Amino acid sequence: MRYPAHSVRRFGNQVLQLMHDTGHALFMLLESIWFIRYVFTKRSRAETALQMFTTGIKSLAVITVVALFTGMILALQTGLELRRYGQEVYIGSAVAVSMIREMGPFMTGLIIAASVGSAIAAQIGTMVVSEEISALEVMSINPNRFLVMPRLVALVVMMPILTVYTNILGIMGGGLVGATQLGVSLQAYMDNATQFATNKDLYVGLFKAIIFGAVITTVSCHQGFMTSEGAVGVGKATRRSVIISFLIILVLGYMITRLFYV
Amino acid sequence: MIRFENITKVLGGKTVLDNISFEVNEGETFVIVGLSGAGKSVTLKHMIRLMLPDNGSIVVDGEAIDNLGRSALEAVRSKFGVLFQSAALLQWMSVHDNVALPLREHTKMAEEEIGRLVAEKLHLLNLSDAGDKFPADLSGGMQKRVGLARAIIMNPKIVLYDEPTSGLDPVTSRRIDNLIVDMRKELGITSVVVTHDLHSALSIGSRIMMLHDGQIVENAPPEEFICSKDKTVQSFLESQYITKKGKWETGLSHE
Repeated sequence: MRYPAHSVRRFGNQVLQLMHDTGHALFMLLESIWFIRYVFTKRSRAETALQMFTTGIKSLAVITVVALFTGMILALQTGLELRRYGQEVYIGSAVAVSMIREMGPFMTGLIIAASVGSAIAAQIGTMVVSEEISALEVMSINPNRFLVMPRLVALVVMMPILTVYTNILGIMGGGLVGATQLGVSLQAYMDNATQFATNKDLYVGLFKAIIFGAVITTVSCHQGFMTSEGAVGVGKATRRSVIISFLIILVLGYMITRLFYV
Repeated sequence: MIRFENITKVLGGKTVLDNISFEVNEGETFVIVGLSGAGKSVTLKHMIRLMLPDNGSIVVDGEAIDNLGRSALEAVRSKFGVLFQSAALLQWMSVHDNVALPLREHTKMAEEEIGRLVAEKLHLLNLSDAGDKFPADLSGGMQKRVGLARAIIMNPKIVLYDEPTSGLDPVTSRRIDNLIVDMRKELGITSVVVTHDLHSALSIGSRIMMLHDGQIVENAPPEEFICSKDKTVQSFLESQYITKKGKWETGLSHE
């Protein structure tokens, strides 16, 4: 009888720990939102601009390749099916709507979580291990204002911009495949794409991107702050930040779609 | 100035501090020694509430710090400067920016004034040429000196040193010891130093406390400390080839 009781207790402890961690992460997010009022001070401005550069410009190369090929794959797969019914001209709407509603924010979110989010978790984790966070606290410098807030602003601003960039490149990639592989002219492709994609699709996609930006920052910073066990701990925090961000992006992506389209 | 009252701390099931009480007086250099894992750094972290005790109370300048709100805690912490074991410099900032950070965050000083104060502290610590360098470009000893410059830039009343000479060569270690003594002589700073280097402790300390198995086994001035009858202290002294042949000669001036 002791073994089941032990398992139940352990499960209970894990649930309590999860709730504690979630509460801690949400408190960190709320406090960082509160500190956004300091974003235009000289020091925060410089740090936020640096984070925007890291998030945006340094991620452009990988986003360009992924977005282009996402659009090309979407166009090829749907185009081959539609060709069986002689409707391949509709790949424009299929690619545009898929990219703007789902694939644009989703793919951008995954790329940023894997590249920028993991870097944030590793940097903050290393700062915890090397006592830099303790030093900030002793100097009465709030780490949420000093470190989290500029990253939150940078990701929440850059994610929609990068998502629009992903959408444009994805649609261009689809057009390229349509013109070269499926015999759909660029003019026909674009006419079809703009006919079916609505403003609502764009707004919902951008809303998702903003939410994903906040999620990636919160998860990555929180995992960084929770780091222990030295270099091994930094590795674990980095891995966990990517996995948790991916899972939340997937679940929230579904829930937002359901909220606006069902 | 700093008073520990019946402090107990348990970490990972192990009692690191077991009902300890002691007091650090104003103007003294109080050294905490002990083996690795004896609870020295944990004691230091309690002084600035980076850790909270499981039992007991810590009083700084007559004020219990256990239940202070954020602004009151910040006021207490402003009395402290801390040199961390790893120096804890922000890696993406230059030496100048690291040292200037507390001034930029907590004062409305003009950049020229901040620059003057930073240059003054860097000069005091023999780092005048290092302002534009980044922490990764510095040796361990230089990083510790930069950490010390940052710790004293706001003119704190108390400076805490966590293993200030660990990982340094003997010459640099003695240089850091000299700096700690100079801080007390020239700036009147109260110092609390955590170290397992007894040569350093005996040289700089006006009082030495030894922790062992969560208990205080000795708390005395250097001359009395080396004559301690406690077996743990004797064993610790012998392990570093220190014998009680009269007064300990520091080579450093405490006057």
